[in-house]
Amino acid sequence: MQQEQFEARHAQAWAEFDNWLNAQSGGRASADDAGFEASELAPRYRQVARHLALARDRQYGSLLVNRLETLVLAAHQRLYGAGHNQRGGVARFVSHTFPRLVRAHLPSVMVASLCLFGPMVALTIIIQFYPDFVYVLLSPEQLASVQQMYDPANRKLGAGRDAGSDVQMWGMYVWNNVRIGFQCFAGGLFFGVGALFFMIFNGVNIGAISGHLTHLGYIETFWGFVAGHSALELGGIMLCGAAGLQLGYALIAPGRLTRLEALKASTADAVGILYGAATMIFIAAFIEGFWSASRVPPVEVKYAFGILCWVLMLIYFGFVGRVRSPQAFPTNSQPGASVAMTAKPAKSNASLGQRDAS
Amino acid sequence: MLDTPRVITTPEGIDLTLNIAGVVTRARAWAIDALIRIVFYVIMASALAGFGRFGMGFFLVFLFLMEWAYPVLFEIYWHGATPGKRACNLCVLHDDGTPVSWRASVTRNTLRAVDFLPFMYGFGLISCLLNREFKRLGDLAAGTVVVYVESRRTNTVKRVTVKPNGLAMPNMNEPGSSTVAILPAHATFTSANSTLQAPLIDPPPATLTLDEQHAVINYAERRPRWSDARAAELANHASALLAGKRDQDAVARLIHLARKITGQPASQVTSMKKDTR
Repeated sequence: MQQEQFEARHAQAWAEFDNWLNAQSGGRASADDAGFEASELAPRYRQVARHLALARDRQYGSLLVNRLETLVLAAHQRLYGAGHNQRGGVARFVSHTFPRLVRAHLPSVMVASLCLFGPMVALTIIIQFYPDFVYVLLSPEQLASVQQMYDPANRKLGAGRDAGSDVQMWGMYVWNNVRIGFQCFAGGLFFGVGALFFMIFNGVNIGAISGHLTHLGYIETFWGFVAGHSALELGGIMLCGAAGLQLGYALIAPGRLTRLEALKASTADAVGILYGAATMIFIAAFIEGFWSASRVPPVEVKYAFGILCWVLMLIYFGFVGRVRSPQAFPTNSQPGASVAMTAKPAKSNASLGQRDAS
Repeated sequence: MLDTPRVITTPEGIDLTLNIAGVVTRARAWAIDALIRIVFYVIMASALAGFGRFGMGFFLVFLFLMEWAYPVLFEIYWHGATPGKRACNLCVLHDDGTPVSWRASVTRNTLRAVDFLPFMYGFGLISCLLNREFKRLGDLAAGTVVVYVESRRTNTVKRVTVKPNGLAMPNMNEPGSSTVAILPAHATFTSANSTLQAPLIDPPPATLTLDEQHAVINYAERRPRWSDARAAELANHASALLAGKRDQDAVARLIHLARKITGQPASQVTSMKKDTR
């Protein structure tokens, strides 16, 4: 069959197919403009794919082949791209997926915790007995500025700030702390070394400051300030580091995959943890900006709030989401998406369920 | 030959070709995005300047969103492209040619922090140059590629008004269905639009191989994009096909040959020019 005949014979089918794709992607065309039902998509798509194969095999002109190729590619994206972004929504992520992911990756979480909280606790204690040790870690200028911040003589806690600057500090914490979290994650790409470095570096830094201020006796100002947001902020940073370590571990010990494939596979869960961790740091920024620096609540209330946050966080990661939810796969009524959903269930959820059950 | 196309095989057994974007184009897209960001920073900074420390706080949050959320949200909700990529006709896809997911977009944009090291995308550049698909580290981890968008809008079948009966089928004997052979002259068939009488020109001096036929067809299809001089220059290379003709005559002859191979009557040559744009 010559090209002209071939084009004439199938022009209508291609035009209908193109119209359908336009109606799908643009959203402006109505359903009757689309020409056929979504259920007809699969056979029609196979037909166009067959036409493309024929056109190539018969060496038809490149314009025709390109035209068919773009049609097939668009339909391919439509069919096989549907369902990529279905993890069941925010509520399900908070109530199930996130704590499950953290439990499923306990080793990396433990390593990250050790690297962050280990130096923190150790230095806080060591400096009580050897106060001069802090000068090995921090410069006198740094210590002076920290000291000035938490001096009980200040009217407000924190950076010696007035009421108007709460918002400024909130912005500062969002911008700075979440970025540090992302850095901890990204650093994991260097075989985990970057993530480990950021964990230990921050652990040492915070430990040195808390040890120094505790030794100076700035108890109420310093511990009262950090109590409220410490759980979410440190927990969030730690989980970012843990997610980064997962990338690094995939590169170090890829198992039966290539390193690249192992890395790609590891991002599925690591990014899930990163979502949750970044959200934790984001919430912590609100607490740090508007609660921690306030002098209205007595310091005992702040301590209690801080302890409550830690307990709730441990309960959350320890126990939430252990009940198997009946709604494993969200239903989807969007035309086109349903075709792909039956073929491709959300993989990560399924594997996660098994891991938790075992 | 070009070595940038990436071929993916679909479950239907079709090979689809993605045209991978190179470093320079991507840098240009990034620069446009950077410019857009800077413009918005200036606007927001001047708008919030009057609010003192309040303004400073909101500006920092805005800064955060523009740095981290801007690429992800655009890639998810705007067909895989930030405004800069859109301007350069690029988009981000998974390795298998499907639209980018949240997971992949967040991965590749968070790992930007590593690609940016030690300064100005040093690692990203090295990574791009070390693999066939110009992937920076974020793309490697996320399993994404940055490709040129083939616009269906410009390259597509024109919208055909659909009639109940559709187009009339060719009412001729089935022409030799093995197709690529050059058909005997005077094949006649009708379609809904026109009655095609095909008084074909002289046969070429030799039987053309498939590749040669393809080259001739490509020549005719791309002819409208060249100047006359360039078209003649290219046509003159095909001396074996030209029967001694040169320059504009050679161009005309090649296009006639292409008509003949594709089975279109010679009278439609001009309309073909319009089609190809």
